Amino acid sequence: MTKPGHSFVGHSVNRVDGHAKVSGRAIYVDDISMPGMLHGRTVRSKVAHGTLKDIVFDAAFDWSDITTVTAKDITGPNFVALMEEDQPALVPMGGKIMHHDEPVALICGPDKSKVDAAMAHIDQQVDELPAVLSIDESRAANTLLYGDDNIFKAYTLEKGEGLDEAFAAADHIVEGEYFTGAQEQMYIETQGMIAHWQDESLHITGSMQCPYYIHNAMKSLFGLEDEAVVISQAVTGGGFGGKEEYPSMLAAHVALLAKKAGAPVKIIYDRSEDVAATTKRHPCLVKHRLGLNAHGEIVAADVDITFDGGAYVTLSPVVLSRGVLHSIGPYKCPTLRVVGRMMATNTPPHGAYRGFGAPQTTFAYERQIDKAARVLGMDPVEFRLRNRLNLGDETATGQILKNSVASEKVVREVMAQAEKEPPNDICMPKAVQDVKRGRGFALYYHGAGFTGSGEDRLKGRVAVAVNKQGEFEVRSASTDIGQGAFTIFTQIAATTLGVDVANVKVVQPNTKMVPDSGPTVASRTCMVVGGIVEQAANGLKEKLQAYGESKGLDCGDVLALAEAHAKDVGELAFETTYKSPPGIHFDDQTYRGDAYPCYGWAACLVDVAVDPDTYEVTVERCIHAVDVGKAVHPIIVKGQIEGGTMQALGWALWESVLYKNGKVMNPSMTDCIIPTAMEAPELETIIVEEPYPHGPHGAKGVGEIPMDGPAAAVANALQDALGKSFDVVPMLPETIAEVLKGGPA
Amino acid sequence: MKIDFTLNGEQREIDVTPMSRLLDVLRCDFELTGSKEGCGEGECGACTVFVDGKAVNSCLIPVAQMQGREVRTVESLASNEMLSDVQQALIKFGGTQCGICTPGIAMMASAALEAEPNASRARMRELMAGNLCRCTGYQLIIDAVISAAEARRRHG
Ligand code: FES
Ligand code: FES
Repeated sequence: MTKPGHSFVGHSVNRVDGHAKVSGRAIYVDDISMPGMLHGRTVRSKVAHGTLKDIVFDAAFDWSDITTVTAKDITGPNFVALMEEDQPALVPMGGKIMHHDEPVALICGPDKSKVDAAMAHIDQQVDELPAVLSIDESRAANTLLYGDDNIFKAYTLEKGEGLDEAFAAADHIVEGEYFTGAQEQMYIETQGMIAHWQDESLHITGSMQCPYYIHNAMKSLFGLEDEAVVISQAVTGGGFGGKEEYPSMLAAHVALLAKKAGAPVKIIYDRSEDVAATTKRHPCLVKHRLGLNAHGEIVAADVDITFDGGAYVTLSPVVLSRGVLHSIGPYKCPTLRVVGRMMATNTPPHGAYRGFGAPQTTFAYERQIDKAARVLGMDPVEFRLRNRLNLGDETATGQILKNSVASEKVVREVMAQAEKEPPNDICMPKAVQDVKRGRGFALYYHGAGFTGSGEDRLKGRVAVAVNKQGEFEVRSASTDIGQGAFTIFTQIAATTLGVDVANVKVVQPNTKMVPDSGPTVASRTCMVVGGIVEQAANGLKEKLQAYGESKGLDCGDVLALAEAHAKDVGELAFETTYKSPPGIHFDDQTYRGDAYPCYGWAACLVDVAVDPDTYEVTVERCIHAVDVGKAVHPIIVKGQIEGGTMQALGWALWESVLYKNGKVMNPSMTDCIIPTAMEAPELETIIVEEPYPHGPHGAKGVGEIPMDGPAAAVANALQDALGKSFDVVPMLPETIAEVLKGGPA
Repeated sequence: MKIDFTLNGEQREIDVTPMSRLLDVLRCDFELTGSKEGCGEGECGACTVFVDGKAVNSCLIPVAQMQGREVRTVESLASNEMLSDVQQALIKFGGTQCGICTPGIAMMASAALEAEPNASRARMRELMAGNLCRCTGYQLIIDAVISAAEARRRHG
């Protein structure tokens, strides 16, 4: 038993879900079965753009035990509620098919193989339309998909006066064009959901990041009240953003089937469907121009960003916003203009993926910074240190950094580590003659939490309670998707309450049992929601102590107070709402002000070896220093950094989603590869702690920042190794060969 | 078709269509849901089980081939609630995050440690290369497995 006053924060306690996960007992959605449960499947479009004329169910097939659903079965408004009301749950007859693999009908039945067989007996009659398949085609606007210009959303960010004059006066101008491709989240658990109706209420369980997003979407689709929709999260096998918005679509589908069939329905995507149809990281084109003076300072920046949003708005405006806000990087720049736009195309909608727009623009500016150092003949690390933002400096939006800046520390930590011998037993490529080696560096930052005043609008709520059994419970809608949310909430609550971690349980999120603490996104779970957990635990503790005083009990023993309260009175809960720290102001119209309450800072060094014959790249060393404010659970934090680092290296070098006529051509793990333990280098991870005064125990976000910079570090290393400029992600062997053959130097 | 085989140490008989995948039979007929499906095509290793002591992808194996064989699943790794050294190390070193790959990782790591107890880190990465994990970047998984190997050596 732990004494009050003991802090679990900063200690790597065993994960609360560890035992269940290593023993195979953790229950994911596909492990759940219900009596009478039917298996569902989704009929999807076979063209990228067209008008749906009819769906024909083969009369010769035996449909007796198959339930079919089309848009005609949707009685309410046919869209999946999110930001705009543009994406239908099923394409209506006579309506537009906007992308390949768009849902047009649903079927379910008791026998999985029969349902699979039935899929081949459904035909679609479609009048095909010319498809818009690239950013360029969308901007040309010969075919209109959205508004009168195909632009879902545009933002402009400006600072200082006289941009043209600033460039004219600059001693050097560095110009570049950067393209980064789509990336598949490739969570190992595919998307899955189960629905059943009980009386008039809808119950949904599944793999998800944001139970209340689904709650909202279902209320709107079926016209139900709050209490009539219950969304619960099953143990979720990874998300990385991919289970932020798409699960609302899947929930709509199982709910529609379950309603018509009058039985529980489960849909689990197979891998090919998941890769073909669900959201990915937005492809992005950045044109980036920097003006430099003779002293090696950045004097002007002109950035033009275009994202491919895919067929529907989904969350793209927010992705664009984050991309724009991060596009200058952690550098001082007095005069700048950033124009960003999100385009509509006939590709499956792109969406949330770890980093949320920032990795794309980070790749561009960190290539630019490297090139600038080259032009000036400066050491790339020195150049970064000279121009980096420091305490008291002003960001691109005019935000003065008042605290928690680690821009120098992360650089110094990485450089100190690089002085040391590489880890033993490093995976070296087989001895190749003339292997080309290079070293690359990157420095970046990531705004933690929602942009601007987003948290004020959201007003996240958490309750900490003593239940009827006298156990402490944390009730929040923040999901554990592997990032360790439940464990860190336990640590924070136990520390505040002064009880052992074993005495605190985090309730598996379920909209009937937990208040809305907001979505599990934007690196906000520890920093923002963890902070609400801390406040709620404090409030509960005070209430318990007041109760103890009134009864003449020992107020030092909170556990005993909880037990006494449970026995005599029953449950006691304390709910708190998030309050933003004072002095954070952001103007959504002008894009001026405090874009984020605080930033995490990171630096990455990558050593590559390139095989001169095959152009295969081996990452020989990857040193990553990431500032997280305070590591509530150092091993979990390390795991977050390393997982993100590896996804970033994968994006840089191996991961490629191939499209043809708007259809994903490599929808499998065999063809859409992600790195294995063999490609992964020995990761040298350094946790830096520059506390954020308004985060719990100083913590700020960690989930996304490790995704932002490693790709640029890889490209910079390739330039060092091969003397050419690599400005496209992924840098596959064929891309490298192309550049070496005569691409721009 | 009737199939007799040993499952986690017990003699079992089952009547199934011979082409059913071993993975489905384990998950659906025996309710052993610890083995997971990540790809269904032998790429991810989430469905790893032992057949006659060898680690295999159960999504690729028709159950008919199990006649007379000995099958072990992740549910057999712990004995009487006592997790195996590999399982304990995965928790302690942070080798599990979302956990969907973890049963397969635990099985493959156990097999790897049996086959090559003195494997280096680089070699262990090769042995584990058939098991994909998207969460960890593999570093903490390799840490866990190597530490379990070291502990075995220390304790003979
Ligand atoms: S499910 Fe068997 S290898 Fe992926
Ligand atoms: S822990 Fe999530 S895939 Fe490995």
